[in-house]
Amino acid sequence: MEISVTINGTTHTHDVEPRSLLVHYIRDVVGLTGTNIGCDTSSCGACTIHVNGESVKSCTMFAVQADGEDLLTIEGLADGDTLHPMQESFRQCHALQCGYCTPGMVMAAVSFLEENPDPSEREVRLGLEGNLCRCTGYHNIVKAVLHCAAGGEQ
Amino acid sequence: MIPAAFDYVRAGSAEEAIATLATHGDEAKLLAGGHSLIPLMRFRLARPAVVVDIGRLDDLSYIRGGGDHVAIGALTRHRDVEISDLVAARAGLLGEVTSHVGDPQVRHRGTLGGAVAHGDPASDIPSALIALGATLVAAGPQGSREISVDDFFSGFLETALADDEMLTEVRIPAADGARWGFEKFNRRAQDWAIVGVSAVARAGGDVGVGLVNMHSTPVRAAAVESALAGGASAAEAAELAAEGCEPTEDLNASVEYRQHLARVLTRRALEAAGL
Repeated sequence: MEISVTINGTTHTHDVEPRSLLVHYIRDVVGLTGTNIGCDTSSCGACTIHVNGESVKSCTMFAVQADGEDLLTIEGLADGDTLHPMQESFRQCHALQCGYCTPGMVMAAVSFLEENPDPSEREVRLGLEGNLCRCTGYHNIVKAVLHCAAGGEQ
Repeated sequence: MIPAAFDYVRAGSAEEAIATLATHGDEAKLLAGGHSLIPLMRFRLARPAVVVDIGRLDDLSYIRGGGDHVAIGALTRHRDVEISDLVAARAGLLGEVTSHVGDPQVRHRGTLGGAVAHGDPASDIPSALIALGATLVAAGPQGSREISVDDFFSGFLETALADDEMLTEVRIPAADGARWGFEKFNRRAQDWAIVGVSAVARAGGDVGVGLVNMHSTPVRAAAVESALAGGASAAEAAELAAEGCEPTEDLNASVEYRQHLARVLTRRALEAAGL
């Protein structure tokens, strides 16, 4: 089936099998490999992207469901060489260790702050419950989200 | 973990979806948000030959509540239920329970109707609908019919929906001024409940209690409700929470542990509901 999907402002048109998962389409067909595949079971959040502005696990959507939709992946977050404030906060707060969960964590955090711009620490932890960091580096991730909510910079 | 191949049909209307179901019978499955179906398909526990995508039927995404009930379209996403002021005011238990489903990403995609039609005893939302005494509206080739939530869940992942029927609306008798409690016991964030309890005490005094993961279906704690109606205290009534339930044993819990959890969590949920 032919689908047209806008990813990071560029429209892509491809013929896909209905059973193709969105994350495989993004990585293997479009070639944007910043979105990682972790658990493959809708648990870990490594594959989190935005669909029409909201965080979604792209391993739990068929590519055909994204036909005509507006997607944002980690590659589309920065403005040229200027990091998105959330990326900058992750950098400043050392909110990554191995980095595997980071793209999904950042995309989930950006969506979360759009819904809750002034969260408590507990709300940040609950807001990121769909994302696992197997380095268990949650402390600095939560710090980075709070830092970004407070306006970033130091 | 790639799903088996299937034919994909994107329905332009509920009528078209129902007609497709009528043609393919039990070979076809409806796809709404996909957060119950797609994981099953990836493990190949479900292998539908035809997937009918109803995810774009925006006319089935709504929350209305002017009269004696709140009506929620089957394709309303969890996130919309979670943040609805109308749900908070008139069916607050459902709003709170919905906020505990999965995680934010899941709630952005998953739908109320999808979660209910999946018929999973471990799902949180059916317990709220049982406690609130919801009615489910199903549409089929012959028109629509209403099904009481007490007649809806017929077996493990089985419901009263016929192969050619789709759930279109969930109706909840308005619970203005009610108090409620929801208790979900799990080991890690985002996990399914090992046991969960929804309880609502309506302003008129009626109490409804629904249980998560205590039976092969979502189930009503009928003995608790009748004990309360007969004047028992919350602590006394909660002792009857596991009565009539046949919970399963798994890696997380033995049967006895689930029964114990049901009693403790029911007492807590009733206390949170002001009893």
